[in-house]
Amino acid sequence: MEYFLELFLGGLTRGSIYALIALGYTMVYGIIQLINFAHGEIYMIGAFTGLIVISVLTLLGWNQIAILVIASVAAVIYSCAYGFTIEKMAYKPLRHAPRLSALISAIGMSLFLQNYVLLAQTSDFLPFPCLVPDFEFWEPYSHIITSPELVIIIATTIVMILLTFLIKFTKIGKAMRATAQDRDMAMLVGVDVNKVISFTFIIGSATAALGGVLIASHIGMVNFYIGFIAGIKAFVAAVLGGIGSIPGAVVGSLVLGWTESFFTGYISSDYEDVFAFLFLVFILIFRPQGILGRSETEKV
Amino acid sequence: MRTILEIKSLTMDFGGLRALDHVDMDINEGEIVALIGPNGAGKTTFFNCITGIYAPTEGDMIISRPGKKKTRINGLKPNLVTEKGLARTFQNIRLFANMTVLENVMIGRHCRCSSGILGAVFRNRATVKEEQKVVEDSYMILEKIGLSEYVNEVAMNLPYGAQRRLEIARAMATEPFVLLLDEPAAGMNPQETRELDDLIVRLRDDEKVSILLIEHDMKLVMSLSDRIFVMDYGKKIAQGTPDEIKNNPAVIKAYLGEETDA
Repeated sequence: MEYFLELFLGGLTRGSIYALIALGYTMVYGIIQLINFAHGEIYMIGAFTGLIVISVLTLLGWNQIAILVIASVAAVIYSCAYGFTIEKMAYKPLRHAPRLSALISAIGMSLFLQNYVLLAQTSDFLPFPCLVPDFEFWEPYSHIITSPELVIIIATTIVMILLTFLIKFTKIGKAMRATAQDRDMAMLVGVDVNKVISFTFIIGSATAALGGVLIASHIGMVNFYIGFIAGIKAFVAAVLGGIGSIPGAVVGSLVLGWTESFFTGYISSDYEDVFAFLFLVFILIFRPQGILGRSETEKV
Repeated sequence: MRTILEIKSLTMDFGGLRALDHVDMDINEGEIVALIGPNGAGKTTFFNCITGIYAPTEGDMIISRPGKKKTRINGLKPNLVTEKGLARTFQNIRLFANMTVLENVMIGRHCRCSSGILGAVFRNRATVKEEQKVVEDSYMILEKIGLSEYVNEVAMNLPYGAQRRLEIARAMATEPFVLLLDEPAAGMNPQETRELDDLIVRLRDDEKVSILLIEHDMKLVMSLSDRIFVMDYGKKIAQGTPDEIKNNPAVIKAYLGEETDA
């Protein structure tokens, strides 16, 4: 039973991580029907920014938790700037082009950013310090779930709640939903669609960057290539849940996290990715619109 | 009477097809003007040009909002045209179907708000106050248009006539001085059409908006309009009061075809 609980919480942690990245995919898709393949790179850039800030502040001898908070904030801000710029450079000029053009532009952006970090930093795996201390009060439970994992789950939950509030109740949230449903109509009732799209990229980048710092700190290393596999997994999660749907992204991420966790725990850890993608294949066969997605009828 | 919307020689080409051919039109303050014509005459294209969905090939569109200077609106994006005070509805209903009635109206209201994204994130006092004002205003608009009973319903669950009125409510929320209605009575039963007739007159009298409408229901057009413009094949073929239009040979020809000797 305890082993089950351990796997369950492990899956929850993984799922939370995927959710932080998947949100960006699904929100961008919801608004401009684009799979933003450069999204995983935003996550990677977030992790690198975090590492740089952490290295500097550690040299200065700051308190660990303060470093983690500052590094996260810096990573979020820096990545938001990237997300904003990527949209303006690579997608906005293609707003009225066929969807495939923007998709290819996204793949190009992804390759560019990977190689840019490879050249600017290094191709080696760099160690990423774990800055979450082992909380004393958590000691009795730490054999089931460690403090860093706990922090990831809590941070994700807070982000989800804030995001739900933002989307449901604020002006910009309403504008986002309106734009997702009918972009032309949104413009006609006075919504500045360009602003909404930029904002969506910024929010998506922020959650991905936060994920980058938390995950790198959990796994303990970064490399220019980490964005690729994380991006693909989060993309799978978003599709699983129904791309375009925000609750769907969260549900899909958790389902994916648990699938991986239980299969690796009970069967074999060698096939972790195989299970994840096998699951995707079955979902796509039996429920192509995803778990919470609605089947789309093509508008004429 | 002051002219508040002036269209000069508006032309719109789609490749080799001339959808609008040097169309002139003007609307005066407090007028209800109808735009009629057979299918494919270019009426909706005309609306799309005015509201910024299309950028016209040629011509000028000038607005002069009461108390403001004359402004050209050529080439402005739709959201800026809306900010300038022109609002429209569509032939086929285009509500934000998954949002509530109140939210639909609030979105229209937001373009009259000053608080930006930072306000939404940090929720300072001015933003919270403004949000409250938006909700109050939206309730008021819904009441005027007779939709208060549906406030928290999801838009797509409304009866057809109510959805049409909600489109008008959402357009009114942007505080227009000219309201463009594209076939507002399409698909309505006679009872709903009569209510619409009343509503449009009320909007003109109480809310001081001028109205330009495209409509095929001739009874409604004749009873409502102060003036009528008739289009066919992208050209304006006639203009005048309802009585003048009824007896205009060019209009009869466009609608019924020409008599041929044979």
